[in-house]
Amino acid sequence: MPARENASQINRSQLIDRITTKQKHLSPRDVDEAVKLVFDHIAEGLAQNDRVELRGFGSFSLRERQPRMACNPRTGDHVMLGTRHVPHFKPGKSLRERLRDLFQ
Amino acid sequence: MGKTLTKTDLAARLVDQIGLNRAESRELVDALLNEISTALCAGEDVRLWGFGNFILRDKAARPGRNPRNGEETVIVPRRVVTFRPGQKLRKKVEGHE
Repeated sequence: MPARENASQINRSQLIDRITTKQKHLSPRDVDEAVKLVFDHIAEGLAQNDRVELRGFGSFSLRERQPRMACNPRTGDHVMLGTRHVPHFKPGKSLRERLRDLFQ
Repeated sequence: MGKTLTKTDLAARLVDQIGLNRAESRELVDALLNEISTALCAGEDVRLWGFGNFILRDKAARPGRNPRNGEETVIVPRRVVTFRPGQKLRKKVEGHE
């Protein structure tokens, strides 16, 4: 899949600014704290192998990676990696369709 | 496999920890997810340090098949969102068992 050229991006603080602009009744401090708590909560859930299902947006879950022999590129040592888990995100139907329709 | 967390669970924690009321908390969770979606739809990648990056990818048209009737079709070019988990999140979940 090609990476997009000149891709623009936003970070956490820009995201918080945008939310704060629209949620004028909430203090920027509360919004900042809330965003942190939400992502911490999702991370904690995943760490317990919970599924996180955010209707419309998408879902987070863990995918299992098979154990394998790996090689440390710096030292050349071989090490056995056990079964590992990596976070996986599946975009929800409405997000997928919105992106697809806008792109046409 | 554990339980399933929903927006309601995320909002409940905001009630407990920030002291927002139920409606405000739910609204804030929706606003956060909406704002991420809106940025993505505007062609912006969303990078959340420690958690991960939501990255847009443009995929070219390719031949495909309708799984129901086996007919060959063209899958139209599309933009998809992928998630690259951050180091901190990877570390946190990799050895949970």
